[in-house]
Amino acid sequence: MTDGAGTSVLRARGLRKHYGHGEGLVRAVDGVDLDVAAGETLAVMGPSGCGKSTLLHLLGGLDRPSGGEVCVAGRRIDQIGEKALARMRRTAVGFVFQAFHLMDELTAVENVELAALLAGRSARAARRRATELLEQVGLADRATFLPSALSGGQRQRVAIARALSNEPLVVLADEPTGNLDSASTLDVLRLFESLHEAGQTLVIVSHDARVAATADRLISMRDGTFVDETRLTGGTSGKLGALAGLEG
Amino acid sequence: MQQEVVLAMLAKEPSHGYELRARLRDALGPLGETMNAGQIYVTLTRLEKAGLVTCERSTGSADRPDRKVYALTPNGQQRVAEWLAEVSWPKPDLAEFHLKLVAAAAAGLADPLTIVDTQRRELLRRLRDAQRAALAEPAGSDAGLLLEGIALRLQADLRWLEACEQNWTGRRSGP
Repeated sequence: MTDGAGTSVLRARGLRKHYGHGEGLVRAVDGVDLDVAAGETLAVMGPSGCGKSTLLHLLGGLDRPSGGEVCVAGRRIDQIGEKALARMRRTAVGFVFQAFHLMDELTAVENVELAALLAGRSARAARRRATELLEQVGLADRATFLPSALSGGQRQRVAIARALSNEPLVVLADEPTGNLDSASTLDVLRLFESLHEAGQTLVIVSHDARVAATADRLISMRDGTFVDETRLTGGTSGKLGALAGLEG
Repeated sequence: MQQEVVLAMLAKEPSHGYELRARLRDALGPLGETMNAGQIYVTLTRLEKAGLVTCERSTGSADRPDRKVYALTPNGQQRVAEWLAEVSWPKPDLAEFHLKLVAAAAAGLADPLTIVDTQRRELLRRLRDAQRAALAEPAGSDAGLLLEGIALRLQADLRWLEACEQNWTGRRSGP
């Protein structure tokens, strides 16, 4: 499907994650093959417990697989040491979580710059980058606010800015709108759309069809395996009017 | 275009046909692009015959030559008020799809799950289109609100398809 590791930002082969054993064995991810091309937005959709979050954690090196391979930018990460894995997570991957995972005692700009500081940037460079990113997500005027003074949608945009801080090869988002109302959801989707247009590779895991529908490609997951794949591009324009009750 | 819609668009003030069209275009955004301009005039003529609308020629100006100005009659105003108070809601056609699944399974003609999958793909593509159009609208636009409605309905349909899938998967693995 993809011509070699050069264009595949993420690649998984025979990926498995099992918990427990015997009668209690849970096959959270059960033999998955996946290629994510540079610049692509991929959504993985499925009911809770289907293994999609576990898959995301394996792809981003937050968790180790029970079997199979994961490559980030052509490099295997399933067997590298803890230190190398931690470095890979800081520099190559940006994470966005449902519950934001911001530091409550740090301001918005401090939360964003922390990721760059941990990756070894100078304080000045980290602050400059964080300020740029907050502007990009439309929160320049909230830079000195604590998370508690921000709405859910604003917190998630700070978290997205943080995820972008080290110019990751891929952003991995786990139910990014799960805690948001309809208007904030649209703000976050709009932001993902602009990242997509800027060429950012994105993998979004969600049970919400609206989030999944922003992707180029959609994979449906059940019981740890992929059951369906749909390309959403090349749509159906002209039918929307009929859906709204307008003829032709 | 439904007669009452054209009538209600006139309720603000007596207007030219092209002003009505502009109002509809603003309210519908990208969905209004396919609107047939002639249709409004046909509807206006019908409304005039029905005594709901009057039509007067305006004197016009250099760039806007002689044009008709339409206004509501008292009967027209009453019809608009009634229409606004009416409760109507388009009915979703779920029964047909449901019976398709039941019949396919009963006759063994097709796998209901394949039908569900095909339907889901189509709805997801439509949802993507609706969502892209919604995201392209500035926050707070009238057209954006309509597109939001389309997206939420498609989302509800997709949730129902999930329930269909679970149900038919359960039956297949059952006795």
